[in-house]
Amino acid sequence: MEIIKTKNLSKLYKNNELEVLAVDGVSLSIRQGEFTAIVGPSGSGKTTLLNMIGGLDAISDGSVEIAGTNINSMNENELIDFRLKNIGFVFQAYNLIPVLTAKENVEFIMLLQGISPEERKKRSEELLTQVGLEDKFNVRPNQLSGGQQQRVAVARALASRPRFILADEPTANLDSQSTSKLLDIMAEMNKKENITFLFSTHDQRVIDKARRIVTIEDGKIISDEVR
Amino acid sequence: MMILKMAWRNIWRNKRRSIITISSIFCAVFFAVFARSFQIGVYDKMVSNMVGMYTGYLQIQQEGFWQEQSIDNSFVPDQSVRDLLDNHNNIDEYNTRLESFALTASENLTKGAIVMGVNFEKEDLLMDLSPKIRAGEFPNEISSSLLISEGLADYYELNIGDSLILLGQGFHGASANGIFPIQGIVKLPMPNLNDRLVFMPILAAQELFAAPERITSMVLQIDEPSKLNKIKTDLGGKLNRDTYDLLDWKQLLPELVQTIQADSAGGIIILGILYMIVTFGILGTLLMMTAERMYEFGILVSIGMRKGKLILTVVLESLMMGVLGVIFGVIGITPVRYYFYLNPIRLQAKAADSIEAFGFEPVIPASLDPQIAINHAAIVLLIVLLCTLYPIAVILKLKPIKAMRS
Ligand SMILES: Nc1ncnc2c1ncn2[C@@H]1O[C@H](COP(=O)(O)OP(=O)(O)OP(=O)(O)O)[C@@H](O)[C@H]1O
Ligand SMILES: [Mg+2]
Repeated sequence: MEIIKTKNLSKLYKNNELEVLAVDGVSLSIRQGEFTAIVGPSGSGKTTLLNMIGGLDAISDGSVEIAGTNINSMNENELIDFRLKNIGFVFQAYNLIPVLTAKENVEFIMLLQGISPEERKKRSEELLTQVGLEDKFNVRPNQLSGGQQQRVAVARALASRPRFILADEPTANLDSQSTSKLLDIMAEMNKKENITFLFSTHDQRVIDKARRIVTIEDGKIISDEVR
Repeated sequence: MMILKMAWRNIWRNKRRSIITISSIFCAVFFAVFARSFQIGVYDKMVSNMVGMYTGYLQIQQEGFWQEQSIDNSFVPDQSVRDLLDNHNNIDEYNTRLESFALTASENLTKGAIVMGVNFEKEDLLMDLSPKIRAGEFPNEISSSLLISEGLADYYELNIGDSLILLGQGFHGASANGIFPIQGIVKLPMPNLNDRLVFMPILAAQELFAAPERITSMVLQIDEPSKLNKIKTDLGGKLNRDTYDLLDWKQLLPELVQTIQADSAGGIIILGILYMIVTFGILGTLLMMTAERMYEFGILVSIGMRKGKLILTVVLESLMMGVLGVIFGVIGITPVRYYFYLNPIRLQAKAADSIEAFGFEPVIPASLDPQIAINHAAIVLLIVLLCTLYPIAVILKLKPIKAMRS
């Protein structure tokens, strides 16, 4: 089943006279269980594409469908609720709420979903254990390394049981050891639990772990290879 | 719960700034309540002095007497009114008075005066006259002797046993002339009364003015001044308003009301400036807080937090700070107010003299009225909420990716 489907997706930025076609007619389908990397040089449009897929940025042309639902015409609150239900986000850095502990950060998204306290507790502990942070439940983000913070972010993204996880350069701020650890965790989640990941990167080590690599340049897909 | 926890922890994220904000709210409440307690304390004192000295809190008069204070507008209270007052729980006592003007004379001097026919026993309860007697004593109820104010006695150089001539107009044009012995001299603290007040037993006054049984006002002694409005409404509903007027001290003492209002306005302007400073302080804090948290707001909205919920946490945060400041402020000021209520500030020297000249005791007591603290707590919290409109507006306009680029 196709979880993400974009048709002719485009983004035109207009900044006084200057027009940039950041994403230019991208048609892309992602199926359940894929582990896909969007790669391309800086400024090629990776972030813009992921933001439109995640319903964070308005689209200029074309369409985005998530699990058969077109998100183009949703209003603000509908989109927020849709994201909460369907998409797990991992951003480049500082994903976490600084005043909440690792566990509370993971619980927080389930709280937004109205999940019971017992279930929240159980699942957040399970997930943090899965990402190797069983000893960091009650630690606040500022006492975690960048890699550990990103792992908490992955745990949080998974906690809401989304259809897929969207990660824009999740390893950009990490050293190589943390990078490979985070990717191993993601790959394992993907393999074991069939969780769909769509992430962008320009890190070759990350690219090597991807199972499908979509390369874009100047906002256009120039290659799409499955390994 | 988690939202509350988040809000609480967010306050302590920047401890120093929050403590400064809470302290400024504390100071605002503290000083506003402090200043206002003294101001209102003084007004209460002024009112109770004036009311106690002369008008009482509430009077019943013949309809039209207040507009035209002539003995022709006097009345004979009917039994139903007396019953109403006798049976009213909040009315301890009522004083009937017959009040008019007369020219006083002695040897070759004359002077206009207010002649008040009263029951001395009851007036002593209301006006606390006994300690103010300078010479002599209260005239007997059935005598035709006078108790005159000190200023008048000095003017004529009269002593106990001397006589004073009264020349006036009685009911429906009858002449009201007589010569009366002086049995007492009283010092009234209000200069304009002290210069020209003549008390006499009400029976003698009724005879002088050819107005037997007639009175000009019934001065009600109520048990609890704070219940005045309630009592007035209650009585107003039961009195025949075509025949009787019911006047409270505000209507009887319009100049006092004006003086208080003018003075109060001055105090309120100063408090307004204080509040303005506090407003800028709170606004500054919220401005910085909002700027620092844009990225976080962006993350929260991105992962699926509705803006309404986000606004709720921000409002909770500012309210918590506001409530903390208010609670500390009220807790801090209460013993201070209580102290100055028990130990009013006593004015010294010149200031004391000028206040005494107006007939007031030269003390500034603090009011303990809880309404003062409630009002200022409410004002401060309202200011906090108004300032929170800024982060609310920012959140409502927030675009997550833009916020996260900052
Ligand atoms: N808000 C904006 N206004 C105008 N132009 C923009 C805006 N955001 C992005 N762009 C432009 O759109 C193009 C694509 O940017 P985008 O951030 O998507 O690239 P990217 O592939 O994510 O790059 P990087 O690898 O550096 O993150 C760039 O030319 C960029 O300058
Ligand atoms: Mg990018």
